[in-house]
Amino acid sequence: MKPLDIIVCVKLVPKPEEVTVNAETRTLDRAKARSALNPPDMNAIEMALGLRERHGGTVSLLSMGPPFAAPYLQVGLAMGADHAYLLSDRLLGGADTLPTSLALAKGIAKIGEWDLVLCGEESSDGATGQVPQGIAEWLGCSQITYAMDLSFLPDGRLRGEREIRGGHEVVAVPLPAVVSVKLAVNEPRFMDMERRRNPEAVTIWSAADLGVDPKWLGFEGSPTVVGAVWQAKSPERQRQFLDGTPQEKARLLAEQIRRML
Amino acid sequence: MIPSAYSPEEARGLWVFLEQEAGRLEGVALELLGKGRELAQARGVPLTGLLLGQGVEPAAREAIAHGADDVVVADDPLLAVYTTDAYASVAAQVILDRKPETLLLGATPNGRDLAGRLAVRLRTGLTADCTGLAWEEGTGLLLGEVSGFGGGVMASIKCARHRPQMATVRPGIFPPPSADPDRAGRMEFVPVSLDAAKIRTEILERVRHEGVDITRAKVLVAGGRGVKGDFAPLTEIARLLGGEVGASRVACDLGWIGRDRQIGQTGFVTRPKVALVCGISGATQFTVGVKDAGLIIAINSDPEASIFEEADLCVVDDLFPVLEALIAELRGAA
Ligand SMILES: Cc1cc2nc3c(=O)[nH]c(=O)nc-3n(C[C@H](O)[C@H](O)[C@H](O)COP(=O)(O)OP(=O)(O)OC[C@H]3O[C@@H](n4cnc5c(N)ncnc54)[C@H](O)[C@@H]3O)c2cc1C
Repeated sequence: MKPLDIIVCVKLVPKPEEVTVNAETRTLDRAKARSALNPPDMNAIEMALGLRERHGGTVSLLSMGPPFAAPYLQVGLAMGADHAYLLSDRLLGGADTLPTSLALAKGIAKIGEWDLVLCGEESSDGATGQVPQGIAEWLGCSQITYAMDLSFLPDGRLRGEREIRGGHEVVAVPLPAVVSVKLAVNEPRFMDMERRRNPEAVTIWSAADLGVDPKWLGFEGSPTVVGAVWQAKSPERQRQFLDGTPQEKARLLAEQIRRML
Repeated sequence: MIPSAYSPEEARGLWVFLEQEAGRLEGVALELLGKGRELAQARGVPLTGLLLGQGVEPAAREAIAHGADDVVVADDPLLAVYTTDAYASVAAQVILDRKPETLLLGATPNGRDLAGRLAVRLRTGLTADCTGLAWEEGTGLLLGEVSGFGGGVMASIKCARHRPQMATVRPGIFPPPSADPDRAGRMEFVPVSLDAAKIRTEILERVRHEGVDITRAKVLVAGGRGVKGDFAPLTEIARLLGGEVGASRVACDLGWIGRDRQIGQTGFVTRPKVALVCGISGATQFTVGVKDAGLIIAINSDPEASIFEEADLCVVDDLFPVLEALIAELRGAA
């Protein structure tokens, strides 16, 4: 098999538990939240590096986000990726899935040579899980969503095991293809400290570099708008701590459970 | 703005995509018909089912019995099992032809696989993984309620000028309607002209388990990493209480139990009367899946575990002796 050129789409996300809603302005308060690469994207990077080990080729990272995402891409480079590209421009901000998948598809085309695009199954912030399919459609190629494992058939087609409702299936698709990778399907490797010391620069592209009508990008290019935003409320809980031996606790539990049924 | 394939003025009707497996409607398809019926009535529009498959006429009848006014059926051997290319191609064609105002799909793996692809092909907006649906007062636009950031933040999203306004809906949120076999409805078979050579996905193997539906369980006994692979006491308690076993994502990822039992953001949102949560730390991605339970009991050896903030009854203890004693207690009463 010929070497593979793989592009992994990754996103910088705020740590979900550190994001709150400002009750007065009804907007998100991300200021106090630390950022990280989206967890399933780390699994996608690991899967790409594993494929490169088996088949040779290159792994490039592609992200759309603010300039401060660049050092996080260097984490990916320190894990072993060859190149990193960041689409960063105010014109790209506030995008829903349609312009996001378009911008990423244009970024992929601009990188040039590629056989396979890997994404995480969904982002932990917006959590739509719809961007990989969108990229595949803009690029006109086949897709495998919710992949747990990837390999190649003797005829060169990509073989993927994917989740379906209440089970799984094994599919084969021709390259080029876009794949979304499920969270926790592998153990992302640690950074290599040697690489970490001397990381390659991240290539930064603006909206103008993508060669798309800017009206198709970012907030302006988004068909959907966010109306109200609010903090999810859980019902107040009693938070009653039980004392005693396991037997005494179990007796109390059994009593309370029966009362509910 | 990316131009919409058709305008709001041309668009009409509420459509639901009817996911089926081997000719039987999926649970979420029935749930969509129930909620769809209510939404269609409120807006005074017909409810149309979009059904793709092979030999699905009985399923179309089932859809009518559950609330569809009409069902657009594409019946073809190449649609027997879901593939992105075949389903997206047929669905896009029918939608561009008939111009529905709204299209709802179930947020199952295949429902999402299709929705994301279709939304870009149709150049429209998609609100993903809704936990609530309503018409906006005044505009009549669909408002999709979604959660983000591990379930901590809620938002309502609408699609102003692009049609169809698409949304995927989480399974288990809306109750399935009861069937009325005498309900009248129309079935319409549309011609399918698929080229097998253009379907790029080949399915080599497919395994479906007789899946449980934890979203309807009255009692859920949930286990996480803390059960260390041993779900036997949890299974016994679930049996004694007529409930089901559920799990955290970690327990599923470790292969201790089937994915159909996963609770949470990327699993199922459940509403049991009683949730007994054992050896689960209480990450928001988990708790969104049980927060509406009637009574939440948490057993965890770590007094600082955040699950205790979401629990009514808190047991700081090794879970195994407590569960063992609980089994004895429940057996004694039986
Ligand atoms: C994008 C994304 C989506 C996610 N979706 C989900 C989801 O849908 N559902 C989900 O559950 N998670 C989800 N997660 C993962 C989530 O963040 C947590 O990692 C996960 O819920 C933790 O599972 P756990 O509580 O079983 O394991 P841990 O966090 O490891 O907790 C184990 C607990 O067991 C306790 N314990 C250990 N031994 C014992 C004992 N003998 N007796 C009593 N207690 C004991 C420990 O004190 C600890 O609190 C998601 C994460 C991401 C990033």
